[in-house]
Amino acid sequence: METTEKMICITCPKGCTLEVTHDGQTVLKVEGSGCKRGKDYVERELKDPRRMVASTVRVRGGTHPLLPVYTSAPFPKPRIQELLAELRKIEIKAPVKMGEVVLADALGEGIDILASRDMPRMTG
Amino acid sequence: MPETYDVIVIGGGAVGCMVARFLSRYRLSILLIEKEADIGMGASSANSAIIHAGYDPLPGTLKAKMNVAANLMWDTLAGELNIPFERRGDYVVAIGPKELPKLELLLEQGRRNGVPGMHIISAEEMRHREPNINPDVSGALWAPTGGICDPFAISIAAAENAVQNGVRILLETAFEDFIMDGKRIVGIKTNRGDFGCRWAVNAAGLYADVVMHKAGVRPEFKITPRRGEYCILDRAEITVNNVLFPVPSDISKGILVTATLHGNTIVGPNAQDIEDKEDRAVTYDGLGELWDGAHKLVPSLSPRHVIAVFAGLRASGNAPCETPGVDYNHDFIIEIPREVQGLVNLGGIESPGLTSAPAIALRVIELLKEAGEKLEEKPDWQPIRPPRPRFRDLPHEEQKRLIALDPRYGRIVCRCEMVTEGEIVAEIHAPIPARTYDAIKRRTWLGTGRCLGSFDMPRVVDILAQELGVSPLAITKKGPGSEFLVRPTKQVEG
Amino acid sequence: MALKDKYDVVIIGSGPGGLAAAISAKKYGAEDVLIIERDVELGGILLQCIHNGFGVEIFKEDLPGPSYAQRFINEAMLLKVEALLDTMVLDITPQRRIFASSKINGFVDIQARAIVLAMGCRERTRAQVRLPGTRPAGVYTAGTAQRWVNVEGYMPGKRFVILGSGDIGMIMARRLTFEGAKVERVLEVMPYLTGLTRNYVQCLLDYDIPLQLQHTVKRILGHQRVEAIEAVRVNEKWEPIPGTEEIIPCDTLLLSVGLIPENELSKKAGVQLDALTGGPVVDNNFETSVPGIFAAGNVVHVYDLVDWVTEAGLAAGKSAARFALAERRREIRHIPLLAGHNVRYVVPHELDKQTLMEEEVRLQFRVKQPVEEPVWVEVHSENNLITRKSERYVRPGEMVTIVLTPRHYEEVERATSLTVSIVER
Ligand SMILES: Cc1cc2nc3c(=O)[nH]c(=O)nc-3n(C[C@H](O)[C@H](O)[C@H](O)COP(=O)(O)OP(=O)(O)OC[C@H]3O[C@@H](n4cnc5c(N)ncnc54)[C@H](O)[C@@H]3O)c2cc1C
Ligand SMILES: Cc1cc2nc3c(=O)[nH]c(=O)nc-3n(C[C@H](O)[C@H](O)[C@H](O)COP(=O)(O)OP(=O)(O)OC[C@H]3O[C@@H](n4cnc5c(N)ncnc54)[C@H](O)[C@@H]3O)c2cc1C
Ligand code: SF4
Repeated sequence: METTEKMICITCPKGCTLEVTHDGQTVLKVEGSGCKRGKDYVERELKDPRRMVASTVRVRGGTHPLLPVYTSAPFPKPRIQELLAELRKIEIKAPVKMGEVVLADALGEGIDILASRDMPRMTG
Repeated sequence: MPETYDVIVIGGGAVGCMVARFLSRYRLSILLIEKEADIGMGASSANSAIIHAGYDPLPGTLKAKMNVAANLMWDTLAGELNIPFERRGDYVVAIGPKELPKLELLLEQGRRNGVPGMHIISAEEMRHREPNINPDVSGALWAPTGGICDPFAISIAAAENAVQNGVRILLETAFEDFIMDGKRIVGIKTNRGDFGCRWAVNAAGLYADVVMHKAGVRPEFKITPRRGEYCILDRAEITVNNVLFPVPSDISKGILVTATLHGNTIVGPNAQDIEDKEDRAVTYDGLGELWDGAHKLVPSLSPRHVIAVFAGLRASGNAPCETPGVDYNHDFIIEIPREVQGLVNLGGIESPGLTSAPAIALRVIELLKEAGEKLEEKPDWQPIRPPRPRFRDLPHEEQKRLIALDPRYGRIVCRCEMVTEGEIVAEIHAPIPARTYDAIKRRTWLGTGRCLGSFDMPRVVDILAQELGVSPLAITKKGPGSEFLVRPTKQVEG
Repeated sequence: MALKDKYDVVIIGSGPGGLAAAISAKKYGAEDVLIIERDVELGGILLQCIHNGFGVEIFKEDLPGPSYAQRFINEAMLLKVEALLDTMVLDITPQRRIFASSKINGFVDIQARAIVLAMGCRERTRAQVRLPGTRPAGVYTAGTAQRWVNVEGYMPGKRFVILGSGDIGMIMARRLTFEGAKVERVLEVMPYLTGLTRNYVQCLLDYDIPLQLQHTVKRILGHQRVEAIEAVRVNEKWEPIPGTEEIIPCDTLLLSVGLIPENELSKKAGVQLDALTGGPVVDNNFETSVPGIFAAGNVVHVYDLVDWVTEAGLAAGKSAARFALAERRREIRHIPLLAGHNVRYVVPHELDKQTLMEEEVRLQFRVKQPVEEPVWVEVHSENNLITRKSERYVRPGEMVTIVLTPRHYEEVERATSLTVSIVER
């Protein structure tokens, strides 16, 4: 069955409102996109919606109690709560360097959790 | 056998603290109790902060006598206790020709009360002295002895000086009842147990009626909370340099526009009788009323300049004036009642109560002497409360010296009011320790600038936690139940 | 770190604007570059913006705020930019003298050849104030809550209402949900969203957080801690419509009602401000109305993308370096003319050495004490006598003149100051 609905592309800050015609599986028509990434977005959003996830994990002996972290690639949307629960269990030790893998292959999705910044050891 | 004192003061507002401070001059053991987490959280910290000249109260009333007597005391008192105070004078401003004759009446009333130096100035002169004034001004009454003060500092400074001189202060301690021996008060019951005493001073502000009724005194006396709302305006947007009253109506002094010692202008108060003695909520309609009043005096004021709003509750009583021939039913009560022994009863202390507090304290001493107390002066009484450094008021050279002495004065915690970590720590460990965010705010004015604490709040919570040796989760805005934080980010319950 | 008395470029604030300015000042030849930052680490507000969405324009990457900042911090450190942390600038003068204060560095008093203002912005709290009701704990700006949740590690509440649909508010709605809190509602007084649509989708829609346009908070309830707020629908004039009130139980109200440039310092330096942006008036080099004082980033106007802040910082840093180098050249060329023995003062006060290549320079002065016999009037450099002439007497009432000519250029060129004195014969 063919349906037309409005979707908002979140690929870039422009946030175009797209008029999408699809049959549940295949995208038939996309109108209103500011660039061709709009169509890619719609295809993904229909089949396998994903989001970049940023949060924090506990860190011991660092200059702050929390280390900000993020996903190395967009993460499957339905499993985000599960991922967050997983991150709550983690506590790592300072020092940490930006980009260091805090959790590899999170939930077996092939996506790593990376440190967003350096976290030096607390001195004194 | 409970702990016993010569005198217990019930209530730590301006009045209770001044009474404790003036009594601390004599060989007496004194306890002051306050139900809240800090002293001075009642009417004494939500008012117009004006040291009134004394032309407003009706001649013959206790209000008039106390006001005029107290006004004279303020230079010495502010000096001794280090309370910020400036005698800027004040104006009652007549707008349009109809209001002009009222100024004469007020002038006459002021003269009868014994207020010095008052006179009426022309519209032109008023426009010159306050360029922001409504151009329709028709004249103004000038009272050079009026002043403005830091209202928070009054209770705190007096209480601190009292502690210096041996007075004990218990916070979060609420009076519940008197312990009587026949007609004689021998102690009080509180939520923290019983305390014995020879004298109890009722300085409970809004609750003074409840307290005196417990002793069976003046059952007909009733306090009605009368709410007054205010707006504070950003000093970066507008500055009014004077204290401007409108011509008063029969029921109130009206909505005034006044300078504060911190340079921000305040507008208020209105007057609404309410039921609930804890209802300090600001109302939507009330704010509208303020603007009508403000525009009458200074048309260029705009609600866009508002940085904060607050409300205070007047302890409005129904005690008749005792001077024969004066028909007035809202006078102060300052008495040792005959029905019981051992009570100094203060009630209905609404405006000009802040101004009058030191004169009320002296009157209490007189009453005690009349009742036969042999008040013996202590040779080592220390009337001076030493000042603590205020970074923002110092020239660069002295700021430098201060930081060299204690580096914590180098870290600015509140950027708008320039309050340093050193000052905050000093207040936390002062004779009356500041243990909540609001307590620090009242002592340093931190968080009262245009960013309203959004910058300093996390930092102050941190400093309080460190200095008090507790978790940040335990730090409150104004006592138990007002914690800022609920749990560590990563500990999700359930 | 030993602090110098004088720096080529001093940057106030270490957000992306300040870091970019520091890096670019170094690259364009400034030698001594110093950042003064009041926080305990470099990076500015980005350190608490842990969400993704930064650097799409400059790096073509979707980075979290701290990563974006870290890249510039690393580069600045490589270039040996100096930094004073935990130090707040209190005052700057139009002559570019800087006063700052710090717990660890004490009272700081330094001279800059050029200054870049990069103090960022602060959150608006205006709405807060017109919020009637009680004054309990539990009313915070979104930025304050962001700092607590993301940096200090504490949750400021369990059930939230957010006033304002700006980006920070929406992003916080998602963050709080991530950490197990419940966001009951986002209220917006305008008839449209004030943040990016994309944030509406990925922060609110994704987590079923309801947004109500044309709504505001009428009243806050609760004595000690917020217990509820009363929401109300408003008309086009932002006036509450009676009968549309709704009590929403919650323990926290977050305010996200916009940002304004942080310009207390700019005012002290006498920099001209634009009433519309709230920031300094700047030219295309990001120079303010006060020569040698530049400004970049949110201190000038509130940017929507951090990438543009970086660009502005790079441009301001370059201009500041250029200004500082010109200053240096000027300082090398200009030397002070000092009053020596029995001389009260000398005019001019400074000498531009290059003038001497082509022209004479007349030095005039008065003596302190009369000498009623012949004396020498001498001009010395640090070590050498440059020139002298004789006078039959000198008296305070009569001005004395001595002339430097192109013949003296070579000697003067090596000097760092000249002193005029009276020498008895
Ligand atoms: C809107 C407004 C404007 C005003 N403007 C001015 C002005 O400009 N100038 C002026 O001179 N005056 C002014 N006043 C009046 C002045 O503020 C008061 O008269 C004065 O502060 C009263 O001090 P107090 O100590 O009696 O009361 P409070 O400050 O109310 O102190 C009473 C204390 O008793 C405590 N207490 C109550 N019950 C108990 C209990 N059971 N156990 C223990 N403690 C208890 C309370 O917690 C409170 O701290 C104004 C008042 C208001 C409300
Ligand atoms: C709470 C908040 C959240 C934000 N979230 C986002 C977001 O999600 N995405 C986005 O693109 N933008 C966001 N912004 C806007 C953000 O400010 C800019 O994108 C960017 O960080 C601006 O860079 P800047 O260098 O101009 O200022 P900032 O990053 O704000 O840096 C200014 C620095 O100057 C320092 N400073 C200020 N005054 C002094 C002084 N007197 N002495 C010493 N140091 C001083 C400050 O401590 C600060 O470190 C947010 C802003 C705020 C306030
Ligand atoms: S369609 Fe293209 S331009 Fe529009 S939001 Fe998506 S990525 Fe941006």
